[in-house]
Amino acid sequence: MYKYNDFDAAFVAERNKQFRAQVARRIDGSLTEDEFKPLRLMNGLYLQLHAYMLRVAVPYGTLNGRQMRQLAMIAERWDKGYGHFTTRQNIQFNWPKLQDVPDILDALAEVEMHAIQTSGNTIRNVTADHFAGAAADEVEDPRPTAELLRQWSTDHPEFQFLPRKFKLAVTGSEADRAVIRAHDIGIQVVRQNGEVGYKIIVGGGLGRTPMIGKVLRAFLPKQDLLPYVEATVNVWNRLGRRDNKYKSRIKITVHEHGIEDIARRVEARFEQIRPAFSGIDQVFLSEIEQSFAPPTYRADATSAFDAAYETDPLFRSWADTNLTAHRNPDYAIVSISLKKHGATPGDATADQMRVMADLAERFGHDELRVSHEQNIILPHVHKSDLPQVYAQLRAAELGTANIGLISDIIACPGMDYCALATARSIPIAQDIAEHFDALKLEHDIGPLKIKISGCINACGHHHVGHIGILGLDRAGVENYQITLGGDGTEDATLGERAGPGFSADGLLPAIERIVRTYLELRQDPSETFLQAYRRVGMAPFKAALYPESQANAA
Amino acid sequence: MSRPFTKVITANALLEGDVIYWTEEATWTRHLSKAEVFEDEAIADEQLMTASAQTDIAVGVYLADVHLENGLPQPTHFRETFRTKGPSNYAHGKQVELN
Ligand code: HEM
Ligand code: SF4
Repeated sequence: MYKYNDFDAAFVAERNKQFRAQVARRIDGSLTEDEFKPLRLMNGLYLQLHAYMLRVAVPYGTLNGRQMRQLAMIAERWDKGYGHFTTRQNIQFNWPKLQDVPDILDALAEVEMHAIQTSGNTIRNVTADHFAGAAADEVEDPRPTAELLRQWSTDHPEFQFLPRKFKLAVTGSEADRAVIRAHDIGIQVVRQNGEVGYKIIVGGGLGRTPMIGKVLRAFLPKQDLLPYVEATVNVWNRLGRRDNKYKSRIKITVHEHGIEDIARRVEARFEQIRPAFSGIDQVFLSEIEQSFAPPTYRADATSAFDAAYETDPLFRSWADTNLTAHRNPDYAIVSISLKKHGATPGDATADQMRVMADLAERFGHDELRVSHEQNIILPHVHKSDLPQVYAQLRAAELGTANIGLISDIIACPGMDYCALATARSIPIAQDIAEHFDALKLEHDIGPLKIKISGCINACGHHHVGHIGILGLDRAGVENYQITLGGDGTEDATLGERAGPGFSADGLLPAIERIVRTYLELRQDPSETFLQAYRRVGMAPFKAALYPESQANAA
Repeated sequence: MSRPFTKVITANALLEGDVIYWTEEATWTRHLSKAEVFEDEAIADEQLMTASAQTDIAVGVYLADVHLENGLPQPTHFRETFRTKGPSNYAHGKQVELN
């Protein structure tokens, strides 16, 4: 895993020292809130409904045991004993006090972590496939590329005052688990005629005006990445709308100018600036690649796994849903569900964080990942260790067998925490998970992704949920709009609005009607909700959701 | 029909971020029940200026709608109701801290 060099460590220490002084000056009154706010946002500190919130970057979602333990310590010492893992592969603390934040940042720096560029109009935390370096279907580990981009963009003078925030995501597989088509720039490591390079996608994004990214370059040689991405940011930096914050993201620039025009401009700019890149970045990249060398795999027998799989139905159920094929057939990728039925999606207590840290250290080559689906991943576990890993997860209430199922819901903080929210999302997720668990339908329903946002900003990715839920404020009452058929993978699609929204009480029955309609019309249990939706379209679901209007129309 | 003007001044505390309300004594309280209720817009605006000037205590000062029940202010909008309690997923915030 990537280690800070002296420069990184000194940079973070200097930033923390500056911020400590800024907090002191805010508290003694020499800085006004107007002066302080941009400074705290640059350091990931938001003011929410009930308290401050500190957003800590987990670059490309990768953590080691020591870092996870430190997050547990922070949660216990300065927060209320838990943390919230988010769709941006970050962790957020919901209750820090202003005067404690400099100490928290120092505690993070001890384990090579920080909260820089987790907010503001900068290039944000670069996200990556959470199965990176382990997935069986991968061309190459995307994290060295993500790390190169992180180093290049952090504190880059041109990129501190962009028209708006800018989000990059990288994957090394054709199967897109990093939602790269919903990012400002999505990067896929690809192989063409034996040469490894990148496919570059631009102009995706969710929020108020959701867009699926378009291919800007089908194949970019590896050494051209930084000049090409820089050229893209340059073009947007010049064309991007600073007059209107709702039109400032690159997705709007691409939409207004057309992908061909943008591609022409990017190529022209790229030709101009490429000579200035001496190739030193490729030297960095090969150094970075060494720190992501795969672990030394064990060659033990896997019979303990087979025995447990045969004899223990709970283990089998968990193995069937929560394991993914590893590139080494003796290993598996473990997804730890932070979605116990009725719990807050993405939350982990300090004790749970320590259990996960222990498991990573003892059985997982000291690696953990945060997934954008708000779960934690142990990317490299030898199959013979899985029964033990499962037993310990279960004891810590982390053994829920529901990855990819209806209760594995993404939910943003919504109006329980977020100052921008128009409705709550967490209780909606809790109700849906508990309801379908009580009906014992979850495993029969099969793969189904529900994603919930508490306002139009779409932090909960609702546009790309198979069932998307958007919470709104309709004349002072919470109201929930449903979209169907969204997809965040390589076949990215925006969900289609089903019709008028539902009250908080009416929403759960509405979701059940959708699910029962699917169960009735699927061709057989192997046809997933999304496949069935693509086959039959909106009509049958609409009929189930709005029986009155069907009756009126008849 | 225009609704009668009934508002309180509210903000977040600088240090804890907790929800606070402006009182008749020109101080801040954590309890909505102790907030000064304004029924005159001109007075409310003037007090809002005074309250907003206390930047070493309060952040994001604004007027929020309330209505009176038994003489005590109650939030009108659900967002303000959550601000008097805390989140619904855990017993954290005002719902436990004030009692
Ligand atoms: C709680 C405080 C938060 C605030 C104030 C906030 C604010 C925003 C805003 C204003 C946008 C719209 C940006 C635009 O369209 O230009 C946005 C988008 C987004 N945020 Fe958040 N957010 C918060 C929490 C979160 C959390 C917890 C997550 C992860 C679970 C998250 C992930 C995202 C994502 C994925 C998007 C949409 C993707 C895009 O940028 O197009 N945010 N957020
Ligand atoms: S979608 Fe809206 S409510 Fe949810 S976290 Fe984002 S800004 Fe807050």
